[in-house]
Amino acid sequence: MNEPVLFSEEWRGEASRGRLGDVLAFIGSLLDQAACPLKIRMQIEIAAEEMFVNVCDYAYGGDPGPCTVEAKLTDREDGRLFVLTFIDEGVPYNPLEKDDPDTSLPAEERQIGGLGIFMAKKSVDLMDYEYRDSRNIVTMYKKL
Amino acid sequence: MLNIKKESANGIGTIRLEGRLDTTTSPMLEEELKTFVPDLKELIFDFKQLEYISSAGLRVLLSAQKVMQKQGSMKLINVREEVNEIFEVTGFSDILTIE
Repeated sequence: MNEPVLFSEEWRGEASRGRLGDVLAFIGSLLDQAACPLKIRMQIEIAAEEMFVNVCDYAYGGDPGPCTVEAKLTDREDGRLFVLTFIDEGVPYNPLEKDDPDTSLPAEERQIGGLGIFMAKKSVDLMDYEYRDSRNIVTMYKKL
Repeated sequence: MLNIKKESANGIGTIRLEGRLDTTTSPMLEEELKTFVPDLKELIFDFKQLEYISSAGLRVLLSAQKVMQKQGSMKLINVREEVNEIFEVTGFSDILTIE
């Protein structure tokens, strides 16, 4: 696993909804640098937005705490891989354990909860969760 | 950033969205809809210039759909491929009328 790393950057800040623009700008500038195709860029932005908002709302329950976002681009034999990691110190929360919403229900019966995480999962190729040293670590992988 | 342009006549209202419908901008649309929707028989969303939608945006569309279902109809026009894909993945393409 010695793939060449094309870049590896980190954003640290407060997990509050007001900082979402900063997080997306951080990721956006890296995707610009990587000349990421538009459609994939949107999928990565969705995954990032939903995950960051999830940290704000659930990990910290609206009471802002620290969040670290790591973004890495590696050059693998089968193509470039964008790896995005969200780290927070909030309550343990495994997004992979959350049930997917029933997307076949009519409008009146639709529950909106859980839709964000579901969209994040669907937008990336792989999502991984780990709780280590009192931190939630969610890593998302997307082929560019 | 999101620009919202509204016009209505004879109970038919059109909302043109330009930019991004996300966590930051969706509350704006939600507010606008509160005053715009009550007298409408038909609500049309023109998404020609809408580049991005997240779950926060879907949430607003779903509540508009629920309201319009009771008092008339709602449809989306000129939806871009990338945005349409979000509707497909989330099953919103079955709930919403997309032309």
